[in-house]
Amino acid sequence: MILTTLETVPGKNITEHYGLVQGSTIRAKHIGKDIMAGFKNIVGGELKSYTELLQEAREEAVKRMEDQAEQKGANAVVNIRFATSSVAQGAAELFAYGTAVKVE
Amino acid sequence: MENILQVLFVLFLMIIGYLFGSYREKRHFKSLQQREKNTLHLSVANFGNQQALIAEVTETKLIVGSVVISIDYFKKISAILRNLVGGKVIVYESLLDRSRREAVLRMKEQAIEWQAKQVLNVRLETVAIGGRFGGRTDPGSIEVIAYGTGVK
Repeated sequence: MILTTLETVPGKNITEHYGLVQGSTIRAKHIGKDIMAGFKNIVGGELKSYTELLQEAREEAVKRMEDQAEQKGANAVVNIRFATSSVAQGAAELFAYGTAVKVE
Repeated sequence: MENILQVLFVLFLMIIGYLFGSYREKRHFKSLQQREKNTLHLSVANFGNQQALIAEVTETKLIVGSVVISIDYFKKISAILRNLVGGKVIVYESLLDRSRREAVLRMKEQAIEWQAKQVLNVRLETVAIGGRFGGRTDPGSIEVIAYGTGVK
């Protein structure tokens, strides 16, 4: 599966178009990480555990998008975009979407 | 008595936040400058392939760099105070600046590791992530992601 943020796949031609595919996941932080983050909130700086958590979640979202594209018989997803939103207290939604196509 | 203690506690946290926060920020900016110099050779663009691509692209890869950075207590309180009178919130500017630069750098470093010649169609996304406590007392943090297509 070729994933790209471009409108086409360089060096290849799009032969078929399967429409929009998307994948999303909602993650909550676990309490231990939250307490550590609470301390970090006083001194500032990167929250490594959150960075990792959201990264994993984003990979999951991409995976789901890929699965959907595969079901449609595509071999590439072009023009991928990401979005994150905090939907509830302590939870974040990671969302990936793109256009499933077949390239040759 | 209890009120005075509360005020003292907030002041104490502010001082800790200021001391550690500004030290860590300075250190972060220093490392950003160094790493930006190291990754300068990789070209990054936010246009797609409307323009001519570098010759003979054989491989493409989705590259994502992300970071979550929390603000310190001093900045939080000064931003609340700033809200009363309005105007430029300088303390937040540096926070967003270093988060974006960090995210872009992580993307670039991954691209270099993969030996990309160029990163195309780069997009940046910023989101505020609320903490457990919510509302006014929540110091909060932001996530920035930078993503694009590496070509080689």
